[in-house]
Amino acid sequence: MTPSISHEAAPARWQDYVQLLKPRVMSLVVFTALTGLVCAGAPVNPVLGAISVLCIAIGAGASGALNMWYDADIDAKMRRTRGRPVPAGRVQGADALTLGVVLSMFSVMVMGMAANWLAAGLLAFTILFYAVVYTMWLKRSTAQNIVIGGLAGALPPVIGWAAATGATPLNAWLLCAIIFMWTPAHFWALSLYTSEDYEKAGVPMMPVVAGAASTRKQILVYSLLFTPLCLVPAFTGLGGATYLGVAAAGGLVFLILAWRVFRSRAGDAPDARNDAGLYDVKAGAKDARNLFAFSILYLTLLFATLLGEHLLGAPALDLLR
Amino acid sequence: MSDPAHESQAATRARRGRNIVLGLGLALFVVLIFVVTIVKLGASVLDRPL
Repeated sequence: MTPSISHEAAPARWQDYVQLLKPRVMSLVVFTALTGLVCAGAPVNPVLGAISVLCIAIGAGASGALNMWYDADIDAKMRRTRGRPVPAGRVQGADALTLGVVLSMFSVMVMGMAANWLAAGLLAFTILFYAVVYTMWLKRSTAQNIVIGGLAGALPPVIGWAAATGATPLNAWLLCAIIFMWTPAHFWALSLYTSEDYEKAGVPMMPVVAGAASTRKQILVYSLLFTPLCLVPAFTGLGGATYLGVAAAGGLVFLILAWRVFRSRAGDAPDARNDAGLYDVKAGAKDARNLFAFSILYLTLLFATLLGEHLLGAPALDLLR
Repeated sequence: MSDPAHESQAATRARRGRNIVLGLGLALFVVLIFVVTIVKLGASVLDRPL
């Protein structure tokens, strides 16, 4: 549970409240939701479409604030997160909770009014799933936390699609599946070189629980599942020739980087008696960083290509027909 | 040593900033509801029994 973190701190500025909304995560959510909305191919009033995307962004921000409220105790123990407004003492935990609850309600309500109640329901489910299922339950209890919890980050394109059409066909869930399968390799690559932080905070991330070698193997397995999945939109009438090219070429690079991480010693404890071992671990950390960075670029490229193709009216391949 | 007068000024500035952003947020919400109503209902918004 969230402890009361009390120490002298600067008064809360409005920027601290913006930080509670995790703007960087929000921007990725906006991007994937917009892709879902555009790929749906239905005529959408541009004003209502923009308001729908804004609601998804605000909903994502609200779940970020709820996450920062609940996780203030573990955030305070990790280098990457201890500067966040609640653990740093700039914002009271109760204020973060209030902001999260109020924005959640407003975003769902406006989404229902502007688009439809299916989209609003999916948005409410996403916020609840992230705040309750992932943050309060999975994150502290299982090494599969980011695998299952990844569903929350994968749903925005489905919400966007639902906002445009009032339905969620297979192609909408395909976009969801791509982000869902991308998440483990992405996060575990990061956790391979930040596992000390997670261990200190008592968060059962995969390298902490199963060890670095098992994590590297699982990254490779998920990469082998993820990269072929990225080609599927070209078979279902969603992606065109450009998409297929980007997915195939990027997927190949992704697999090479995942293989390098698998072969490396990323996340291993350095052998104090052996300098060469230390260099191997550092080189491994670099491989993990490369995979982490490329995973963001690859997902962005995939969705940007889909978005571009649909905005420009490029023909989809539909190779199954 | 910290200067209480200076701290108070900083706190006032921070509160003022928070209030302005909160006010803008509320105004944005009102505008959003207005725009959604007009776009969804269009001219029909006035079409009701008197």
